[in-house]
Amino acid sequence: MFKFKKIFSLAFLYIILINYTIILIYPVFLMIITAFKGNKEIFLSPYSLPQSWNFNNFVKIFKASDYATYFRNSIVIAVISIFLILVISSLASYVIAKYEFPLRNFIYIYFLAGLMIPIKLGTVNILQIMVKLHLFDNIVSLIIVYVAMGIPIGIFILTDFIREIPEELSNAARIDGCSEPRIFFNIIIPLLRPALAAVAIFNFVPIWNEFWFPLILIQSNNMWTVPLATAQLYGQYQTQYGLVFAILAVASLPVIVFYLILSKQFVRGLSAGALKG
Amino acid sequence: MIDVYLKKKKNKRYYILIFLLPAIIIYTSFMALPLFNSMIMSFFTGEGLIPDQFCGFENYIRLFTKIPYKERFFNAFWNNVKFFLMVLIIQDFVGLFVSILVTRKFWGNTFFRRITYLPTTLSVLVAGFLFCLILNPIWGLFDKILIGIGLESWVRPWLGDPATALPAISFVTGWQYLGIPILFFTAAIDGIDEEIFEAAKIDGAGTWSIIKYIILPLITPVIGIITILTFAGNFTGFDIVYAMTGSLGAPGYVTDILGTLFYRAAFAPKIWGGWGIGMGATVATITFIIIFLGVMFFLFIFNVKGIRTKK
Repeated sequence: MFKFKKIFSLAFLYIILINYTIILIYPVFLMIITAFKGNKEIFLSPYSLPQSWNFNNFVKIFKASDYATYFRNSIVIAVISIFLILVISSLASYVIAKYEFPLRNFIYIYFLAGLMIPIKLGTVNILQIMVKLHLFDNIVSLIIVYVAMGIPIGIFILTDFIREIPEELSNAARIDGCSEPRIFFNIIIPLLRPALAAVAIFNFVPIWNEFWFPLILIQSNNMWTVPLATAQLYGQYQTQYGLVFAILAVASLPVIVFYLILSKQFVRGLSAGALKG
Repeated sequence: MIDVYLKKKKNKRYYILIFLLPAIIIYTSFMALPLFNSMIMSFFTGEGLIPDQFCGFENYIRLFTKIPYKERFFNAFWNNVKFFLMVLIIQDFVGLFVSILVTRKFWGNTFFRRITYLPTTLSVLVAGFLFCLILNPIWGLFDKILIGIGLESWVRPWLGDPATALPAISFVTGWQYLGIPILFFTAAIDGIDEEIFEAAKIDGAGTWSIIKYIILPLITPVIGIITILTFAGNFTGFDIVYAMTGSLGAPGYVTDILGTLFYRAAFAPKIWGGWGIGMGATVATITFIIIFLGVMFFLFIFNVKGIRTKK
């Protein structure tokens, strides 16, 4: 009787979780398979796998618009912003974690307040600043905003991590006459790699998907990012389903692949950040 | 002796400054100051990008008492409250339910855990457009499923019907962000000592009492964090409404929330609901105050200790 009950509840568990997974994943799956279908097939057999995997929709949207540029812009923005976030926040975190100076705790809290402050609400002034700096309609403006946005979470994760590094390591180097910058670059940075990876992973998805600031700060076609292009082209091709699904698939495949490859580190990095909050 | 030497060598002040400055400069000039300056801007009125006439609290008075401002503002505020509550219910109930299931030991639990986060990595825009297509009556994929299971009477233009537009948007947001509560809840449940469960089982506690007396009390602070994250996220939300019903919050402003109102007020031309930069900054400031008060309130009721400065 007891065993029967256990098997029964296990089956029940799987049924619930499988249904849950279908609700969760099926829309994403649908988006990808539909992108490979012709317009007729989309209406006649919407649920099934495509009869043949044809890339016509993708070819059409790549020809009709300048996706190479949108991808280049998005990649340049993501790579440069994440690099700067890592450099700037690890420098600051090191000092906050290991040195004593006046206002240290105040400065730390000042940075952490950024975790709660939605930068979006300062957009009015950011727009004014970017116009004044002649960076309006230039992806440099987005890089600057994303770096500012990424610094709080970077400092939050890295400061905690650097505190765990034993001081003896740096002191040994100091006795050997090593300068402070060299201690940082040659001793601290190599030890910091897993935490730096967590910060990079943490920032990649939000930066890649960010839509609000390009919408406000970017106009010209050659400065579009992938999300901005998605919104513009979706409006343009709204009635041609095959093309629209191809547009959505193109925008999300990079993050889906990124997630599938790094899901373990991704979840671990996020939960490390999550639990400490 | 060596200690003194080390301390002297270590605390060379200019290094501290050089290491800190880049972070302080960028964070201050592109995050802290813009927020502050936007608040200042809410006391000014005038045409163009930089309003230059000081007007005291006039923008605020207009926002709260004059038509059409007060109409749009209170409508967006209440929509935002409803939106937040619906998303929160999905996140807390479904999230907690699934988390309790996947933290049991069975074959394949890591798969279910990892897959949960996939929609969260999509852009909100893509999720919005995708569900727009699934829910639209022309392609009618969702309607076809309803007909298939005999719920023909439910079929309707989901995003065109004022009664269902906001719930549909809340569902999509809840769907997309389920990964976050599940991530937090599973991490918290994993953190509970296995011995506590064993002891409870030996004392004859059933599944329900384990959930009620062990899991729930221990993860209440986590529910608090989820509530705060959802709250701050939804009250600055914009992309999902923009994608699904447009920045005007169609049909008839029933899906207009503070984020879309802010966007239109500050950045749209007059014919599309633009109110000028000064009024836009006012909407942003009020939103900031709402978020600040809300976060304080939730911190208080969930008794979450603020961000710890030491581990």
